[in-house]
Amino acid sequence: MTPEELRHKAAEERTAQKRYKHCLNVCMAAGCMSSGADQVKEALTSVVRRYGMEEEVPVRAVGCMGLCSAGPLVSVEPKGVLYQEVKAEDASDIVTSVNDVPVKRIHCPTDTPFFTRQKKIVLENCGKVDPERLEDYIAADGYEALLKVLTEMKPAEVVQQVTISGLRGRGGAGFPTGLKWGTVSKAGTGQKYVICNADEGDPGAFMDRAVLESDPHRVLEGMAVAGYAVGADRGYIYIRAEYPLAIKRLRLAIRQATRAGLLGNQIFGTTFNFNIELRLGAGAFVCGEETALIASIEGRRGLPRPRPPFPANYGLFGRPTLINNVETLANIPTIIRNGGAWFASIGTEKSKGTKVFALAGRVQNTGLIEVPMGVTLREIIFDIGGGIPEGKKFKAVQTGGPSGGCIPEQHLDMPVDYESLMQVGSIMGSGGMIVMDETSNMVDVARFFMEFCMTESCGKCVPCRVGTYQMHELLDRIHRGQGTPTDLELLKELCDVVKNTSLCGLGQTSPNPVLSTLRYFEHEYQELIAAANQAHAATPAGEVTR
Amino acid sequence: MTVPTIVPAQSFSMKIDGIDVSARAGQTILEVAQENGIEIPMLCYVEGLSNWGGCRLCLVEVVGQKKLFPACSTAASEDAQVVTNSERLQRYRRTILELIFSERNHVCAVCVSNGHCELQAMAQKLGMTHIHVPYRFPSHDVDSSHDRFRLDQNRCILCTRCVRVCAEIEGAATKGVSGRGIESLIINDLKEAWGDSQTCTSCSKCVHVCPTGALVEKGTAAAEMAKRRQFLPYLTVMRENTP
Repeated sequence: MTPEELRHKAAEERTAQKRYKHCLNVCMAAGCMSSGADQVKEALTSVVRRYGMEEEVPVRAVGCMGLCSAGPLVSVEPKGVLYQEVKAEDASDIVTSVNDVPVKRIHCPTDTPFFTRQKKIVLENCGKVDPERLEDYIAADGYEALLKVLTEMKPAEVVQQVTISGLRGRGGAGFPTGLKWGTVSKAGTGQKYVICNADEGDPGAFMDRAVLESDPHRVLEGMAVAGYAVGADRGYIYIRAEYPLAIKRLRLAIRQATRAGLLGNQIFGTTFNFNIELRLGAGAFVCGEETALIASIEGRRGLPRPRPPFPANYGLFGRPTLINNVETLANIPTIIRNGGAWFASIGTEKSKGTKVFALAGRVQNTGLIEVPMGVTLREIIFDIGGGIPEGKKFKAVQTGGPSGGCIPEQHLDMPVDYESLMQVGSIMGSGGMIVMDETSNMVDVARFFMEFCMTESCGKCVPCRVGTYQMHELLDRIHRGQGTPTDLELLKELCDVVKNTSLCGLGQTSPNPVLSTLRYFEHEYQELIAAANQAHAATPAGEVTR
Repeated sequence: MTVPTIVPAQSFSMKIDGIDVSARAGQTILEVAQENGIEIPMLCYVEGLSNWGGCRLCLVEVVGQKKLFPACSTAASEDAQVVTNSERLQRYRRTILELIFSERNHVCAVCVSNGHCELQAMAQKLGMTHIHVPYRFPSHDVDSSHDRFRLDQNRCILCTRCVRVCAEIEGAATKGVSGRGIESLIINDLKEAWGDSQTCTSCSKCVHVCPTGALVEKGTAAAEMAKRRQFLPYLTVMRENTP
């Protein structure tokens, strides 16, 4: 495809879309699909056909609209009417009312904080474009960023823009992306690789899945830009096999882009080549750790290795490798199109841009949200999230998955950025946010995450392999009401050892859920232990309690 | 007359435990320490085999750095001040050893390697007097199917020395690891009986690099299994001379 062809295609598609008076967008991401969105789409299509309105009201499949708890979602564009919990029976009402007032029964107001408080960069196309149509993405300025870097910018200028943007890794650790790109671009010449880490495994996290299901081309474009910037001509997407829909759409997207000449050799008639391949993860959480991920792509056991050397210098097949998370790469096209300075104007001083969160747990509106860095947790949970259902009291919010921690009520007014979250004993993590109400027992929460860490430990280093097992046993005992004060002391000691001596980030952060619940909710541990003590004292001598 | 220029070997000085030592570029902290007679505890490291970095006993402190570094896989750097034996490190090492002892069934009194065991020696050296983490008492099989050797999972510490020596020196790659985390097991081929293995050459290297009584020669009674380590210094040579 030549630059002219890209622009022509975009203009052509935009005119085609304008031709329609209304458009029915059905969310076909995994959340809505699981509550029957495909039947809704089928029903809408047949109703439209019955009324002979195919020419004016097309029914399109789009990606995630965010409010997963109210799925299946259908929106009527360009009027901007949103319907929630749509069933196949509602189809004819929706179709007949496109020119009229919205159907009240299933109408979902979009002037609520859930919609108005968000700022969408990564998700700008989610719920708007058909993820299975390349033309839709091109009409939404798709591949413009790639065209711009290939025809107007030197690789070093691309790295510079990313550095200016202040973007930090969205996979969890928050390493400055520009710095990483710069390191790889300077790591000599010869074969280099770009890897997209789509091995999202934190319990309760589904940001990357939603992006890949809703806007796969965006990630491909981000990877190609990254490849140009660092001098790589090969990219791998490492995605977990548990995301079949995302894999299907990625496969399709790669095929479409390659066929259109947006990937492959001599892209836009330049000398730049870039090919992307998929690699499927077989279900190990540790393969999200970059060195384990590389080992897995190479066909070895997915085990981490000590760093340095860092992948930027010694990565896939021993070559300099850039590894970025899905969300990080999805930010790139917009940063290139609007400039790094524009991106840097959003967010806080040290955390720029927006962050996608997967809001889950005991909160009214669960789903996918994107907010500027620096909003408070209270805004996220009570305004956007709509608060705690059934009049229950808020207790804690867990961020960062098994590597993160639980944040209690008193820190809710803290701005969400990398440093603040770290200060209160949690981490930004990849963006999972699990809200807990008063009915949750924090020892149970810690036990759940420790069980996750135990079963997902790769077993390479002793502290993580045996330490997580021992900590889980101790937490289980305390939770069962059989713990002793000595158990608590040992638990704290093991937290210290595992945190400081484990090989990779996974082991080093595995005590975090315990440490943060101990920090804010130690009384819950103490109460369980005291109760166990009393029960023990009350047992007559010689009788064995189980 | 031209004066022959002497190319200086890339060497530099650093401090280990307060002692000034010289190191060459490319050496690890462990190698420098060993050259200078400073002992750093370790269980998974064997000179000549690839680095594993799993036992975490060789962790050292570097002054000015918050993190701990595994001496076996951290490059020595100029002017670094390394502490190998602080009170904190000693405490961590003892706990790690206790975790190893709690993981499987290490009963020294009845073990054929009693008195010749690196794990046992390490516990004595690090002053581990008792274990204060609960024992797991797992139930593990003993594979006696091989004519000459025995694999006793109960005494394995998963250091993977056998896996590495088999793949990297003997080139047979019979040994491997199955499962993950606490469920990890050393296996032969695709988890088959050792005696049925088509790839094992019965070279016995795995037996003799094994630090404990997990891999032993048959026909030995308690405390009789002394490993023959004489070939270990030649591992690097063996590997490099392999066509």
